[in-house]
Amino acid sequence: MRARNYFAGAAFALLAGGMAHSAVAQDIKIGEINSYSLLPAFTEPYRKGWQLAVEEINAAGGINGKKLVVVSKDDGGKPADAQTAANELVSSEGVAMLAGTFLSNIGLAVSDFANQKKVFFLAAEPLTDAITWSKGNKYTFRLRPSNYMQAAMLVEAASKLPAKRWATIAPNYEYGQSAVAVFKKLMSEKRPDIQWVDEQWPPQGKIDAGPVVQAVAAANPEAILNVTFGADLVKLVREGNTRGLFKGREVVSFLTGEPEYLDPLKEETPEGWIVTGYPWYSIKTPEHDAFLKAYQAKYNDYPRLGSIVGYQTIKAAAAILAKAGSTDPEKLIAAAEGISMPSPFGEITFRKIDHQSTLGAYVGKTALKDGKGVMVDSSYKKGADYLPGDAEVAKLRPKD
Amino acid sequence: MAFYVVQFLTGLASAASLFLVASGLSIIFGVTRIVNFAHGAFYMIGAYIAFTLTERLSGTFGFWGGIVLAALAVAVIGVIVEMVLLRRIYHAPELFQLLATFGLTLMVEDLVVLIWGPDDLVGRRAPGFRGAIDFFGQNIPSYDLFLIVLGPVVLGILWLLFQRTRWGVLVRAATQDRDMVAALGVNQKWLFTSVFAVGVFLAALGGALQIPRDAVHHAMDLRIIVEVFVVVVIGGLGSIVGAFVAAVLVSELNAFGILIFPKISIILVFLVMAVVLIVRPWGLFGKPEAAARKTPGLTVNPWRPLTSSERLMALAALVIAAMLPLFAGNYLLTVASEIAIFVIFAVSLHFLMSVGGLASFGHAAYFGLGAYGIAFLAKMAGLPMIVCLLLGPLLGCMGAAVFGFFAVQLSGVYFAMLTLAFAQIVWSIAFQWVNVTGGDNGILGLWPSSWAASPSRFYWLALGVAALVTVALRAMVFSPFGYALRATRDSGLRSEAVGIDAKRIQWTAFVISGTTAGIGGALFAYLKGSVFPDNLGISLSVDALVMVLLGGVETVSGAVIGAIVYKALNIWLVSQTDLSKLVLGGFIMLIVVVFPKGIVGMLEMLAQRRKKASPPGSPLLAKPIESAE
Repeated sequence: MRARNYFAGAAFALLAGGMAHSAVAQDIKIGEINSYSLLPAFTEPYRKGWQLAVEEINAAGGINGKKLVVVSKDDGGKPADAQTAANELVSSEGVAMLAGTFLSNIGLAVSDFANQKKVFFLAAEPLTDAITWSKGNKYTFRLRPSNYMQAAMLVEAASKLPAKRWATIAPNYEYGQSAVAVFKKLMSEKRPDIQWVDEQWPPQGKIDAGPVVQAVAAANPEAILNVTFGADLVKLVREGNTRGLFKGREVVSFLTGEPEYLDPLKEETPEGWIVTGYPWYSIKTPEHDAFLKAYQAKYNDYPRLGSIVGYQTIKAAAAILAKAGSTDPEKLIAAAEGISMPSPFGEITFRKIDHQSTLGAYVGKTALKDGKGVMVDSSYKKGADYLPGDAEVAKLRPKD
Repeated sequence: MAFYVVQFLTGLASAASLFLVASGLSIIFGVTRIVNFAHGAFYMIGAYIAFTLTERLSGTFGFWGGIVLAALAVAVIGVIVEMVLLRRIYHAPELFQLLATFGLTLMVEDLVVLIWGPDDLVGRRAPGFRGAIDFFGQNIPSYDLFLIVLGPVVLGILWLLFQRTRWGVLVRAATQDRDMVAALGVNQKWLFTSVFAVGVFLAALGGALQIPRDAVHHAMDLRIIVEVFVVVVIGGLGSIVGAFVAAVLVSELNAFGILIFPKISIILVFLVMAVVLIVRPWGLFGKPEAAARKTPGLTVNPWRPLTSSERLMALAALVIAAMLPLFAGNYLLTVASEIAIFVIFAVSLHFLMSVGGLASFGHAAYFGLGAYGIAFLAKMAGLPMIVCLLLGPLLGCMGAAVFGFFAVQLSGVYFAMLTLAFAQIVWSIAFQWVNVTGGDNGILGLWPSSWAASPSRFYWLALGVAALVTVALRAMVFSPFGYALRATRDSGLRSEAVGIDAKRIQWTAFVISGTTAGIGGALFAYLKGSVFPDNLGISLSVDALVMVLLGGVETVSGAVIGAIVYKALNIWLVSQTDLSKLVLGGFIMLIVVVFPKGIVGMLEMLAQRRKKASPPGSPLLAKPIESAE
């Protein structure tokens, strides 16, 4: 067969491609992976965020005098491709650590890869609790407040509502399932009088909103928990508005206050939802002002939550690398455990016990202002206040 | 009671949206036999252009005018695509057009982000249909009522068009027997173009009409395309009424199904399709396919085993490939291992497709089952790697035995769609059964034992298995079993007449192919160290189809080249650019036009031509012999 010749040919081509990249030795390289082609709405601001961070770090003299370089790869939204990318970054690019990822299953795939290959991995966005708890490993750290933390923040506000009959709408995959499970558990602990009257599980990205809205309305709940986001959220909100689902009902909603998901709703934004999010327009702290100014100066655009995540991921990576003074993974882990650093949301710490950062989130209410959705009455919830006690965490996490 | 009425009406509104898109696909397939993968892309472009127009044009007229203009504009794009691209490849082997439309879809997904930006776009509501109507305390959006009326109206217009115009008569005739229509002197070119334009118009209209209720974004196409295919197949290919009934059936079952099983949506359409196809093999309103006049896999050159010098060359190539670890680094070796695994996967599908004439749209099911087999054996039973590798593919084998039994009762696109339904059912089990499969978070920590852990050793393992599998399947092609299988492919009637039990032969081939795919999946699980429902997903099934078609469906081992080229290119592009879909799609379309028989098919034909250059006039060789049954 001629087949094999092509095989070798393709291999040579790849080899040549790989060699063209070899970099200058004194740079410190971070390998970054995200779903750029699948989720551009999130990853474009995210990329802008980390590019700003790289610029700032190098302008301030790099990491212990060495220039920071971020090598970025697309995973196309597939765990298997993310591992190929991780492998390329580690084996061919010689990166000091891996960072990034958005989807939970991709975060877990890369975290497992990191554990196997003994590479430091800083997960940026994946929300699944598994990545730091049930499937946590010593090489993996996570920046964003987890599902559990966001649920706990929302429960704090939701449990004060008088509503007793609750319904849930969540996308039918791990994120939606665990968000609902944690919310229900924490809520029922605080409010044993609550009844769960209906649950809807539309497939992620494929909600048939009309029937779902009708079905929820038929159960006649007093309050609704929503976990859908993106295009599904738009459809749900539009159908819900037209059919009057949200009238006279409290709604508690994960992530809806993030500009990525709130802004597309424009004049359809439902008012008075209790949400987690990022009200960049009303945060008045020096740390955030500095970030906002730099971001707007560079991009002439306002930041999304993705921008914060991207920015802080690389800032955190740089802080860890600087503290470790080495690219040895064991030293990086030692440096990262318990490290504190500034962030646009104030000081954060990467906990030693489960490698979760204490970055928090804003909780507030949605409102309509000049035909646009905004978050009002928002307050920052520190991540550290919404994590279970150390004894419980130790039980959740496998021993290294 | 009012609630059930409203729920029913809501279901009808969903059905109307689905029907508009499905009817277009059904017409296109009925006449041109193109599996138009790009139908979802046209739907999406329709929505995007309609968004731009309705934002620019003001007032009631601006809105509705914008919707119609958008659909017309996309229809023009469709005509251009048909004339420039598809016309060149109508004579290519069956399903080859799928490759072209797949390439187009890839390009469009990146293009819309480049043109309209990454954010989700929310268009304005339809003037006059903003609110809801009160029905005994339940609200029905007036836009839903509009859609409920629109669906039957479009159905009526199409019916009139097909029953009362000359064009419609030609379309129906072509749906039934397009060779006969051609023989009667109808200009097929323009018939096909006009049909394609109408189909695309309907798709774009369906997309544009989503503006008031949906967000416009770059993944709209994938969201709808599979569902629409399913609807078309449930209704019966080429049947507009069937598409309408199927759309209503699916939407109503969903609307009421979620009241009892809130998680049913994810799998409902596939369950319905599997049941319908098992009970009624040609869909609800379809007719049995007319006896095929053109033999599906008839090759330009009769297949023959390799000559001894060719064998030596293949062996030499294998030896060179085996020397890769001498100079390649870890990353390259891992990529090469992945390519070798995809060679296994591709040749397994190729065996079924080109030798058996049975194109599976759900081949990833068996690949993924093999991978999950490993995961269960290694994580739960704690067996060593070598035992896992031997036993893991058995899960793929069992899956293929069960599903294959039902699937081989059908043929053509119905066979393909039933395999797709089974694959989706397996996928949703893996996705939903969180306690056992870990759901979409998968099963982690399946790394190879130390004897195969180093990249070079794993590469040798993958390469060795790939070579073994390829040789074994080749040997099978030229065995009595292979001849019998090819006989069932080339002529069902004749093979039956000489005493071949076609269904049993095909079933056996299905099981062999599924098991082989399972071997690939087993290796893949160890390569990646984890298993996800993705490994069973539609996109992987499509990848396999693309690899086979790219290599050349009419060749003995073209899939090997197809897999290497596609996978290497894919990995390289994804690593180099965020616009990998755009470049890959463009490349596929180029290949389709330049190599309408696939890469290997074309090379073989060129070699053949050079050999036969001297004897003048060999039209029989240039075109497949079209024999009547």
